Amino acid sequence: MSKPRLVLIGNGMAGVRTVEELLKIKPDHYDITIFGAEPHPNYNRILLSPVLAGEMTIQEIVLNELDWYKENNITLHTGKQIAKIDRVNRKVVADDGTEEHYDRLLIATGSTPFMLPVPGNDLPGVIGYRDIKDTDEMIDAATRHKHAVVIGGGLLGLEAANGLKLRGMDVTVVHLGPWLLERQLDEVAGRMLQKSLEDKGLKFLLETQTEALIQGESGRVAAIRFKGGMQIPADLVVMAAGIRPNYGLAEKSGIYCNRGIVVNDTMQTYDPKIYAVGECVSHRGIAYGLVAPLFEQAKVAANHLAGYGIGRYTGSVTSTKLKVTGIDLFSAGDFMGGKDTEEIVLNDPHGGVYKKLVIKDNKLVGGVMYGDTADGPWYFQLLKDGRDIHDIRDSLIFGQNLVGDVGHAGKSKAAEMADSAEVCGCNGVTKGVIVQAIKAKGLFTLDEVKKHTKAASSCGSCAGLVEQILASTIGGAYTPAALDTKPMCACTDHSHKAVREAIVAQHLTTKEAIFKALEWKTPNGCDKCRPAVNYYLISTFPHEAKDDPQSRFINERAHANIQKDGTYSVVPRMWGGLTTPAELRAIADAAEKYNVPTVKVTGGQRIDLLGVKKEDLPKMWADLNAAGMVSGHAYGKSIRTVKTCVGAEHCRFGTQKSMTMGIKLEKMLFDMYSPHKVKLAVSGCPRNCAEAGIKDVGVIGVDSGYELYIGGNGGIKTEVAQFLCKVRTDEEVMEYSGAFLQLYREEGWYLERTCHYMERVGLDYIKSKILEDEEGRKAYYFRLLDSLKDAKDPWQTSREEQPIKQFIPIKLEA
Amino acid sequence: MSNWKLICKLDDIPQLGSRVVQRATGGDIAIFRNAEDEVFALHDKCPHKAGPLSQGIVHGRRVTCPLHGWNIGLNDGQAVAPDVGSCSTFQVKVENGEVYLAL
Ligand SMILES: Cc1cc2nc3c(=O)[nH]c(=O)nc-3n(C[C@H](O)[C@H](O)[C@H](O)COP(=O)(O)OP(=O)(O)OC[C@H]3O[C@@H](n4cnc5c(N)ncnc54)[C@H](O)[C@@H]3O)c2cc1C
Ligand code: HEM
Ligand code: SF4
Ligand code: FES
Repeated sequence: MSKPRLVLIGNGMAGVRTVEELLKIKPDHYDITIFGAEPHPNYNRILLSPVLAGEMTIQEIVLNELDWYKENNITLHTGKQIAKIDRVNRKVVADDGTEEHYDRLLIATGSTPFMLPVPGNDLPGVIGYRDIKDTDEMIDAATRHKHAVVIGGGLLGLEAANGLKLRGMDVTVVHLGPWLLERQLDEVAGRMLQKSLEDKGLKFLLETQTEALIQGESGRVAAIRFKGGMQIPADLVVMAAGIRPNYGLAEKSGIYCNRGIVVNDTMQTYDPKIYAVGECVSHRGIAYGLVAPLFEQAKVAANHLAGYGIGRYTGSVTSTKLKVTGIDLFSAGDFMGGKDTEEIVLNDPHGGVYKKLVIKDNKLVGGVMYGDTADGPWYFQLLKDGRDIHDIRDSLIFGQNLVGDVGHAGKSKAAEMADSAEVCGCNGVTKGVIVQAIKAKGLFTLDEVKKHTKAASSCGSCAGLVEQILASTIGGAYTPAALDTKPMCACTDHSHKAVREAIVAQHLTTKEAIFKALEWKTPNGCDKCRPAVNYYLISTFPHEAKDDPQSRFINERAHANIQKDGTYSVVPRMWGGLTTPAELRAIADAAEKYNVPTVKVTGGQRIDLLGVKKEDLPKMWADLNAAGMVSGHAYGKSIRTVKTCVGAEHCRFGTQKSMTMGIKLEKMLFDMYSPHKVKLAVSGCPRNCAEAGIKDVGVIGVDSGYELYIGGNGGIKTEVAQFLCKVRTDEEVMEYSGAFLQLYREEGWYLERTCHYMERVGLDYIKSKILEDEEGRKAYYFRLLDSLKDAKDPWQTSREEQPIKQFIPIKLEA
Repeated sequence: MSNWKLICKLDDIPQLGSRVVQRATGGDIAIFRNAEDEVFALHDKCPHKAGPLSQGIVHGRRVTCPLHGWNIGLNDGQAVAPDVGSCSTFQVKVENGEVYLAL
């Protein structure tokens, strides 16, 4: 049987992206044909600016080579413009007569530059700035002519002006508005921008209206005249005064248009067989002119073309960045503000830095940054997530570093970093490699960069830096996905949040039920979603859902930590960091009996036996169990250790019995699984020898009781724990810290440490749950104790209850 | 011709799991069973840095190496793009609930 036919009109960024998304989720569904008016394969239009500026070549900005079309069995007609859509017979006709039938049609014809309706606008030398042809013409003009005039002081106009200037022309920008980029910047930032562009040699005529373009003797344009009579020479005029959605073809064929092809939230036009995406579209009355929203549209359209019928496009908030090397500018949302908004402004005209944040109802609704835009993506994320900012408001304007969000210092320097500078320490990836991959492979998202370069794919601490490199390389095309809606992994479109909510709401108790109810795209998930889903199940339904060992990472399956040579490490639990001569003797015996090559004292006050063969694990556990020791869970997304100091039991400074307190906490939390690892510490006085300030829960004894700190982290992101409250008794320490950990267990997303969780929901939220609501706190505490009530030692159970076959190799006789 | 060797019962391998077959020479072989009860055999050595693939998470027709997360195709031993590398495969068959390996 032949496949249904999909025809795409417009071989540009939005259309081809839709096809890519479609191939990803349903590869062989359609016979696909693409018509493109331009004689090129799909290229990255936004990088025409660096091409004009001489920073890149056309070859480098091609997104889909001709081979890509071939490999995916796509018939490509370049240089053929569709002249007619025959909806009755479901076919399209190109200007050269080529015809093609369709079962589904996708229109992605983009837009065209708006040519001011003034006399002379059709003279040779007067062009728009849209495609490779225009760019070539500008590059060519720069070699033969002197005076360029750019009409329009928006993003496109300024990038064109900058490029022409770099190519040696004398450039004047004519702008009708009172300052540059008035749709992206407020007046202060607009003036600062103008000043630095003037320093680069550009000239500006603001609040100036063009009246006519005047022909010279050669027939080419020679001058431009403004209202009021002033006239300046011009051998090249670039119109960058706006774009017009390209919907004439659709309108002619009777598809309903209103300043764009009108589509619903599934990107379908009024003709159900016809979808449209990109700049030619009017969605809820808005036509977008940036790629980030178009890519969101592409994803939705692909889903519906694939026949899955899920996903709606509900509109986008956009942010912009000017791609002029050496100028840093960022704006997003409602940056002008109004009656019911407040503003935080930082203005340092000498340092060339200006930042304005617009706040409404304790939420960030917009912002402008000039000179220092390192925090742009972070602000944009806060804005999209609608995060309540009132707890970080004091230091918000100083950026993410001061709010204490990212540990690696110097990260705000992405643009200034040398290409040879190492960005990802785990995988040894330099900035140059990342930039190269972004440009050469046409990467747009953090995930894509992770996949292709391995940067930020191990510990993730450099993710912020990689995002900045992305933003500075591709400009406004980069939008971080809102955390709430970011899909868990490639197996699903659902976010962690959505999956957790669905598990509770629909009472889903097995992974199969979840995959079915939420329409997973893969039969049994992947190494990312299965462990997450398994954790969500066992934490939501502690005695009901069954743990699935095959969905756990090997460490949690083998109850030991895998090492780089495939051996394992064994860490017996030492409650509160205490041990006994008998235990030490048993550990020493086991180490000798199983030829353990390395014995080490860990940072968490435990003893680590490294280099154990997997088949020896059960035997070694049996010996340790016999001496009264149990698993130390040094391998799990679980409670790891409670460190303690000497405390009032011995120390001359001690105010509280930190060792006793630590042991109580550790016994309470034994075998607790959590979104990520959990570490605690208890110090007997504020000298804090147990380093409680960098723990998920830190307890510090004071004369009148204990101080509790939460959300600290000594790892990748060194994060100081924040003060939660002061309590009087040991019982209260258990109740408050237990309740907090249960809240985190119920709401945290898999692999989110307490510090990340806290950053997402805010300390105030946690206080409202744990401090202000006594009944709620007791309920959390109860649920924690209840879910741990029959905790067993996994070393014991995997020896006795579960099949221990996994530990036994099958030996082949030679 | 291939010399089929009886290895174990199908049920000795957990679904979405694996067993290790130790050879006198030539290194370990990992035998995988997926959710559809298909069985595959690969050299137990990741093309990246020799991680033990048998210890990875099995999904669909892939296994994710436990050391650095490469995905390896179970039927062809090829690393999934963008990673590049390959790992040798062995013929396996299941008859009457018993797993045989061609050596
Ligand atoms: C110089 C420049 C810099 C930019 N910088 C940025 C930036 O920094 N950030 C950002 O987000 N956006 C930027 N943009 C905007 C971005 O490029 C567009 O939003 C995006 O390319 C629109 O995608 P599209 O698929 O809707 O249209 P296009 O990419 O324009 O694709 C439409 C294609 O359809 C073809 N076509 C039209 N009619 C027909 C027909 N009848 N038959 C066949 N083919 C047809 C056209 O020739 C064109 O190739 C920039 C644009 C330009 C020109
Ligand atoms: C005013 C500052 C401090 C004083 C007076 C102080 C004093 C002490 C004392 C008396 C002990 C007990 C020693 C014993 O009898 O075994 C101790 C232990 C210790 N101190 Fe401090 N300390 C201070 C700050 C710190 C800091 C800032 C750290 C680390 C960040 C630290 C780390 C330790 C450690 C690791 C121990 C051993 C605790 C254990 O494992 O039992 N101390 N300190
Ligand atoms: S924290 Fe205080 S009580 Fe504990 S060991 Fe240090 S000085 Fe002593
Ligand atoms: S050894 Fe397998 S991913 Fe590195």
